[in-house]
Amino acid sequence: MIVAEGLGKTYTSGGRPLTVLRDVDLEVDPEAFVAILGPSGSGKTTLLGLLAGLDQPSAGTVLLDGQDLTRLTEDERAQFRAENVGFVFQTFHLLPTLTALENVLVPIELRGARPGRNGAGPHDRAVSLLERVGLGDRLDHYPAQLSGGEQQRVALARAFANEPKILFADEPTGNLDAETGATVIELMEELNREARTTLVLVTHDMSLADRARRVIRLHGGRVVSDDRVDPAPAGPVAGP
Amino acid sequence: MRIPFSLKLAWREGRSSARQIGVYMLSITLGVGALVAIHSFRDDVTRSVENEARSILGADLRFSRGSAHSDSVRAVVDSLVGVGADVAEVTDLVSMVFANRSQATRLLQIRAVEPGFPFYGRVTTDPAGEWERLGHDGTALVDEAVLIQLDLEIGDTVSVGQSRFTIAGTVAGLPTDLGFQAAVGPRIYFPLSELEATGLLTFGSLARYHLFLRLPEAVDGEEVDDTYRTLFRSQSVQATTAAEQADDLTQGTEILGRFLGLIGLAALLLGGIGVASAIHVYVKDKLTSVAVLRCIGARQRTVFIAYLVQAAILGAAGAGLGVVFGLAVQRLLPAFVTEVLPVDIATSVNLKAVGAGLALGMWVAVIFALIPLLAVRDVAPLQALRRGFEPERRRLRPDRLIAYAALLGSIVFLCVLEAPEPEMGLGFAAALATTLLLLWLAARVLMALTRRYFPKRSSYPVRQGVANLFRPRNQTVAVTLALGFGAFLIGSIVLLQGHLRNQLAFDEGVDQPNLLLFDLQPEQRVDVLDLVAEASEGEPLVVPLVTARIAAINDVRTAELMADTVGVRRSRWALRRTYRNTYRAELTDAEELLAGRWWDDEGGTGAEGASDGPPLPRISIEDDVARNLGVGVGDRITWDIQGREIRTRIASRRSVDWSRFEPNFYVVFEPGALDDAPQTLLAFARVTDPERRAVLQRDIVRAFPNVSVLDIALVQQTLDTILGKVNAAIRFLALFAAIGGTLVLIGALATSRFQRMRESALLKTLGARRRQILRILFTEYLALGILAGLSGLLLGTAGTWGLVHFVFDGDFRPSAAPVLALWAGVASLTVVVGLAGSRSVLRRTPLAALREETE
Repeated sequence: MIVAEGLGKTYTSGGRPLTVLRDVDLEVDPEAFVAILGPSGSGKTTLLGLLAGLDQPSAGTVLLDGQDLTRLTEDERAQFRAENVGFVFQTFHLLPTLTALENVLVPIELRGARPGRNGAGPHDRAVSLLERVGLGDRLDHYPAQLSGGEQQRVALARAFANEPKILFADEPTGNLDAETGATVIELMEELNREARTTLVLVTHDMSLADRARRVIRLHGGRVVSDDRVDPAPAGPVAGP
Repeated sequence: MRIPFSLKLAWREGRSSARQIGVYMLSITLGVGALVAIHSFRDDVTRSVENEARSILGADLRFSRGSAHSDSVRAVVDSLVGVGADVAEVTDLVSMVFANRSQATRLLQIRAVEPGFPFYGRVTTDPAGEWERLGHDGTALVDEAVLIQLDLEIGDTVSVGQSRFTIAGTVAGLPTDLGFQAAVGPRIYFPLSELEATGLLTFGSLARYHLFLRLPEAVDGEEVDDTYRTLFRSQSVQATTAAEQADDLTQGTEILGRFLGLIGLAALLLGGIGVASAIHVYVKDKLTSVAVLRCIGARQRTVFIAYLVQAAILGAAGAGLGVVFGLAVQRLLPAFVTEVLPVDIATSVNLKAVGAGLALGMWVAVIFALIPLLAVRDVAPLQALRRGFEPERRRLRPDRLIAYAALLGSIVFLCVLEAPEPEMGLGFAAALATTLLLLWLAARVLMALTRRYFPKRSSYPVRQGVANLFRPRNQTVAVTLALGFGAFLIGSIVLLQGHLRNQLAFDEGVDQPNLLLFDLQPEQRVDVLDLVAEASEGEPLVVPLVTARIAAINDVRTAELMADTVGVRRSRWALRRTYRNTYRAELTDAEELLAGRWWDDEGGTGAEGASDGPPLPRISIEDDVARNLGVGVGDRITWDIQGREIRTRIASRRSVDWSRFEPNFYVVFEPGALDDAPQTLLAFARVTDPERRAVLQRDIVRAFPNVSVLDIALVQQTLDTILGKVNAAIRFLALFAAIGGTLVLIGALATSRFQRMRESALLKTLGARRRQILRILFTEYLALGILAGLSGLLLGTAGTWGLVHFVFDGDFRPSAAPVLALWAGVASLTVVVGLAGSRSVLRRTPLAALREETE
């Protein structure tokens, strides 16, 4: 599903080049559950961003579902994301000016789908997704009126709105308390199973990484280990 | 010395904020610049005119009258000469002048002068020294424009009435002159001793007789005026001292300057709104820093003062820059008035204006920054730990109320300070407040309307863009206020300018007369009209003109009426003035009967008996003048026509549209009453072809030297030239307002810029293409621009209508084209400024944008 070869990224910082990622080779199978682990500044988020096509690598290529992202223009990558990729962020990143329902509708509408006469179709799907994450009664609330856990569940519903092939998550429980974080992770796993989505998440939360079937560790911008493990038996998930 | 922590903090924080909000302080710069320039220039004019007061009049004292001075006035002059005064007589009139070589004719102003005039200031001529030699060998001098208009060369001869003069040169500068007078009516100068021989001083000619006096040191012009006031009043002599003449001139500029000052103030207040929105963004951006500072122990006051000091310093910097800018503009302004003021304006740095500019700029920056800065006091330390933590909703606390009161008080105070009169200042402040309130209302209504009539079926970017107008944290109110106010100001200026233009433009319709013949004697009527009829299209319109004064009202003599302070209030002006009356059978299109009856309504012979005597001739009186005279239908007026008195009865009161280019009169007599009274005639004709017009003028001058012909097309040209100057000045002001408005718009859009950038980055992450984001932003900014521009321009149109209708008492017919152009301009400006502000988000990768936000 994901093939990265010789991936590298160099930023210019304070007038000097700063290499945050160098020579990363990676292959992720469909429906895999991969956790990328590493300390702060190890290049985790940069790697995630490159894999998702949010930024262009300085070196190497990324193939997503057979499509070479480095050959696409910014707009083509956007369109590819709209059709194939879902996102969950540490800080939720909901549009503050839209209600929960409208936030979930955004990816669907970006693909060009319009609400039907009675809002049927996309609308129903968004509503059922929000019901699925337990927010059926908060459709018309704005993000500021929701708790952190609720916001992240809206973000989850939004991530699955287009039935993406790949879901990227950046420290999805980072801003949540342990209990809420656990609920969100369980939801994510369930949705992942139901939708047969490939899941790539970045974390430095060991207990969250333990649930993954594969753990890639980064350090200083390089892959230092790549372990395929059997999924841990369902157990307590700790927050940060 | 220990520097308070708040000041240190202000300095440290300020290093970065100078870059961030410094640019918005430029909005202060423009307003301060305008005020400094206008104030300094006003002082320049007053000082320059006062310094030159005597050469502006050309004498210490002047007596002017519409007919030859009486013996009693001459006796006063003789007594003054007896104590050492010098006197020079000048007579002004208009007449046709014919150039013998080029065969051209033109209506010119004639100045017949006695040697010695002017007593102060030097007349420059080309060739030099001709003024002193004026009159030797039958010479005359002319304004330079005359050479061009009559196709003259020096040495050519011209005919004026029955005399001939050789042109000896041109007058380049007459100190007593308003430059544009030469443009309105170019002049010819010759000695007073030659005037009699021209034969122009026939009965009824519109001449003005001046006596210019140079007084000895011991005699004060003011005292002379006071001593003989009663005599002068009774003789309708206008006595003017040098100081009064200077005052008259500066009064005009003073009032104009104060009007300009109000516009400058509006620019400054607009800048204040710009500062407020800039500070609002800045504070939002700083909330986390503030929360952290509060966490580590900074008190509310400390942090608040630190930011207030920053605003004050930046305001001072903006104002300082404004002063420099204003002083530069001040140096440009004399160019606009060289044509209308007789003195050279010496510009000098006016420390009072500079100080006032700096103080005003700083004050406006601080007072407008105050309200958004109060948000800093609301920051809870908890916000450092929990992003998105919302503190309690702001309530109207005392500090907030005080801030609003201070802002309101400042605006009212500044308006009153700048306005020509306190009432006008209050009115201006009220108008500003009403405009802002209406704009605020318009914004709320627009939000409600877009929500109600939301375009549900259009594409996603359009829906998202339109929805941004009413969603939480929308910028609709801020942009409508800033942009709407700018559009309101500029729209009003443009519309008012258009109105003034229309007012001053003669109707160029095909049926409108374009030649005006005056000073026509009744016995010349048939011959002159025969001549005119050959060239003119249609029958010339002839109007008799009878000059008269009021001798009595209801048989009470005018002198008694003026002495009466108890009875009906009557204006002295209306009682004393010379009336040019006419007689005719019908009402004109410009007239409307308000009370009483027109003569033909009653059938009969006309004259109707007063209760106590023989039948009286009837008159119709204009509404305004009737009010000034305190008379109505049925009252009797006795007229003094060249010494003969006629008693009349007011039969009707009527309104007159004076703005029409038609012969209109305060008083119309019924036909028959004035047939034998001494009178002159006015004739109106239309000759479309300019060449035939010129030939006709020439023929009339040759055959009837006393008849004057005014070519209205030429007058229009001259008016256009003067209007061009005024327009340039107005456009200059509009430019100020436009630049100010743009700066404020940038500030207002910046308030939500970061939020829109964040949203756009997120949309990109979720798969939005560049085009889609552009369309969302485009829709939002276009909608904002269209709606805000519409509100502002509608208000501007309504405001101008009010001004024209209630203040100028005019008929306002706005032209759509400039308003539509402005509307389009405002909308495109919003889109351009908005999209330019979002440029970076389109350029950067979504990852970079998202990371920046997380940091």
